[in-house]
Amino acid sequence: MKKNKILKKIKLRFTLNGEPVELETLPNKRLLDLLRDDLNLTGTKEGCSIGECGACTVIVNDKAVNSCLMLAGEINGSAIITIEGISQNGNLHPLQENFLKFGAVQCGFCIPGMILSAYALLNKNRRPDEETIKEAIAGNLCRCTGYKQIIEAIKNTKL
Amino acid sequence: MKEKFNVIGKPVIRQDGKAKVTGQAKFADDYKFPNTLFGVMVRTKSTHAIIKNIDYSEIENDKNIVTIIDASDIKGAKKTGLIRKDQPVFAFDKIVTPGDVVAMLVGVDVDELRILAKKVKIELEELPSLTDPEKSLDPDSPLIHPEFNTNLVVHHPLRKGDIEKGFNESDYIIEQTYTTPHIEHAYIEPECVTAIPLEGDKGIYIIGSIQNPFTVRRIVAEVLNFPLNKVRVEQAELGGSFGGKDDIMCILSARASIAALKTKRPVKIKYTREESILESYKRHPYRMHYKVGYTKEGKIKAMKIDILADAGAYCSMTPYVTWRSVVQATGPYEIENVWTDVRAVYTNNPYTGAMRGFGSPQIVFAQESLMDDIAVSLGLTPDEIRRINGYRYGSITASGQRLENHDVNLMKVLDTACEATNFREKWLENEKHHNRRIPTIEFKDEIINKNLILSDREFVEPEDTWKKGIGLAISFRGSSLGAEGIDAAAAYLSIQSDGSAYLLCGLAENGQGMKTAYSIIVSEILGIPVENIYYLELTTAHIPDSGPTVASRSTVMGGGAVKNASEILRKRFEDFLRSQWQLTEDDLIVFENNKIYVKGKEKFSLSFSEFTALAYKKGICLASIGWYPGPKIHWDEKVGQGKAYFTYVYGAQVAEVRVNIVTGEVYIDKITAVHDPGKVINLLGALGQVYGGVTQGAGYAIFEELSKQNGFPQELNFDQYLIPTSKDVGEIVPIFIEGKDEFGPWGAKSLGEPTLELTSAAINNAIRNAVGERYFNLPVNLEEVILKRKLRPGDIQRGSL
Ligand code: FES
Ligand code: FES
Repeated sequence: MKKNKILKKIKLRFTLNGEPVELETLPNKRLLDLLRDDLNLTGTKEGCSIGECGACTVIVNDKAVNSCLMLAGEINGSAIITIEGISQNGNLHPLQENFLKFGAVQCGFCIPGMILSAYALLNKNRRPDEETIKEAIAGNLCRCTGYKQIIEAIKNTKL
Repeated sequence: MKEKFNVIGKPVIRQDGKAKVTGQAKFADDYKFPNTLFGVMVRTKSTHAIIKNIDYSEIENDKNIVTIIDASDIKGAKKTGLIRKDQPVFAFDKIVTPGDVVAMLVGVDVDELRILAKKVKIELEELPSLTDPEKSLDPDSPLIHPEFNTNLVVHHPLRKGDIEKGFNESDYIIEQTYTTPHIEHAYIEPECVTAIPLEGDKGIYIIGSIQNPFTVRRIVAEVLNFPLNKVRVEQAELGGSFGGKDDIMCILSARASIAALKTKRPVKIKYTREESILESYKRHPYRMHYKVGYTKEGKIKAMKIDILADAGAYCSMTPYVTWRSVVQATGPYEIENVWTDVRAVYTNNPYTGAMRGFGSPQIVFAQESLMDDIAVSLGLTPDEIRRINGYRYGSITASGQRLENHDVNLMKVLDTACEATNFREKWLENEKHHNRRIPTIEFKDEIINKNLILSDREFVEPEDTWKKGIGLAISFRGSSLGAEGIDAAAAYLSIQSDGSAYLLCGLAENGQGMKTAYSIIVSEILGIPVENIYYLELTTAHIPDSGPTVASRSTVMGGGAVKNASEILRKRFEDFLRSQWQLTEDDLIVFENNKIYVKGKEKFSLSFSEFTALAYKKGICLASIGWYPGPKIHWDEKVGQGKAYFTYVYGAQVAEVRVNIVTGEVYIDKITAVHDPGKVINLLGALGQVYGGVTQGAGYAIFEELSKQNGFPQELNFDQYLIPTSKDVGEIVPIFIEGKDEFGPWGAKSLGEPTLELTSAAINNAIRNAVGERYFNLPVNLEEVILKRKLRPGDIQRGSL
């Protein structure tokens, strides 16, 4: 008779958008699925599943990473920020304000990842030049905007 | 015509923007319903084959399978299609292209289902495959759909004047052939849809990444054999479409619906990127043969055009797409004698349909490349040849239509683009420095014998590596569907008693910012702030069918309907106030800044919400349905003559590039895009359309291509199918010339597609200006520049394989 096996769960502790989180999940789960399915944070998007489009970008310990390429187990003890976590007390983050003001949003599917890549950049370099900005978002594909208004929005953001 | 606007033409922040920057906007996969099952597709490895038998015995009893769906579960139409019913929901008689699906496994665990999908045994009888469209019409080629007796999908002829006479009157004749490849839409959000059975015999509810809810409804109703009112389709926030989420979403919605009704549970289908590229339709590859005759002064006397489009395995929107090509194939030039044939044929390749540009990017690439060659052959500059032949007010198009009743701004966009870029001077300067080939050195035999070490002068000097080029392209483009399609749209506007409003149009938001543009139109007419307008979710139950959101229809048609709905209310409100305030017909009632007042009689003034409260109490209907039927147009199929579109837009783009003659790399320094879209409704949105369209056009020009091996797409994800990134395109400078037009809201027409159609031709002309060589085959990528051919995976068999 065929035996049914199931994976054991793992326990994770990390901070998510500033709040401590403790949960149990399967070790073969991608961070992307953990966020979208277990935690219902659907602002993080899936566009390619192979680390090419950047739609799934989140911040892990101050770095922008592709959550489709990271397994849940790797985040134990980390600090994670998603698009849902960057506005404070109901106020939009200056990057979010500027994305609106400069018309940087069309369909919006790439936008959470785009904003988080910019967020990681601005947190380590407050006055990046245009080339640095382009480099920072080169891993985030956008088919709608042609990037120009996105670059303007980032360039004009003062933290 | 109103000349001063309060909101129109200003930069307005998109209404759906806040939800999109905070991650709250709900795209198709963000909707979750309790008890949902998932569908996973079963495909074959075949390109063309007869299906003999499908055997599920190995997986049928697996605990991961809730049910298996195939063509035998279909109660209504087994084959569907927007124009021609040739596409099966599940293949049952034949496989005609590698994306074809024979069955869908339904269960909870997608990963397990994917493993099981490989265990379905499909017995096939292989047929010879047909992947070269040039061979489609050969008598001994296999028929893709034998029921139609031919592989010809459509033939659009156009005959004007006397072509032989035209060539006889010409001093010179040039003949060229151009080709363009399959292009993937590459919306960043892959396809996703959920179908939910409604209890109590209410039918089915579908929500997904759907471009046209009404076409999905029609197809699903046909497949389920349901009346239209039992299929309720809602568009989730759409993660890009560009024409691409239409037919494929009809099919996926039908599959999900069948499974949902069978299992009585919600069924979701979510494609991976690989499945998306494998099964979804593409932009048509064209092979275009142009023969042009012209005088030594540069006047074009005759143009003979023969175009072959690869429709792939299914018809889809091919007849409409290729129809636009036949109307616009000569470019915006007045030519007395024209003979055009556009044919589209079936092959076993991925099917092709609507994609941004809709039959124009291909022909603009060919015909604008050709114009430059005519200019060069006569020693004229590219702008001169276009001035000699280009449309002006009253010009007659190839289809015999007189251009009138709107500003024919072709010369104006051309002049503006040339002035803004100092075009002619730069072009002439670059012409002096042609040197495409890698520089050579001359040597005598003995050097080789005694000196094996290369000296400095044997390397390419860095300054010889980069060549600068500037190139131009211009176009005219018919607005909306034209004489081929049904053209009308509806809008619903309902003002609440507190002065806030609901708005909905039957055309769909595809990310281009239409909801905001429509709200601006209401705001302009009723004077209420855009923020007070709530744009309703588009579902087929709440608004009349307004046809597809394709072919630059949304502003002119949808905008027209919204304007009509607003004007109906405005008229009703004015009538009410005239009697309420006892005004005369001469009193001017003004609606602005959320107020209504009488000009010069300031005591008659109400805030908009005071007014609505009053009107509500007095029993005035605060809602309206607007309707905008497209103006009359007509077309004679046999000779391709008639009033093809009710109006046109004009554009000119100038590309400035650098070409590395050692690596073949083309760097796009700057694109200046001058467009007459009619009235600009939202400046921020309009700018975004230009940046986005030009960038897609640049990808089309220099790197995008979906290659195939025996019909199988070879680039199935973004690691291989390359679209432009933030680093790939230099500056883009949009300039708007707002021509007047009697159609569309205040003459607003279209912009999204013209921005894309010009770019590849402008870039190709700039590359020629840089290196002195003409390229005929898109994309003009590294190998094309250096080798004049493509290096494709599979083109050359490697020895090690
Ligand atoms: S989904 Fe992770 S990079 Fe595309
Ligand atoms: S806004 Fe659509 S992909 Fe970026």
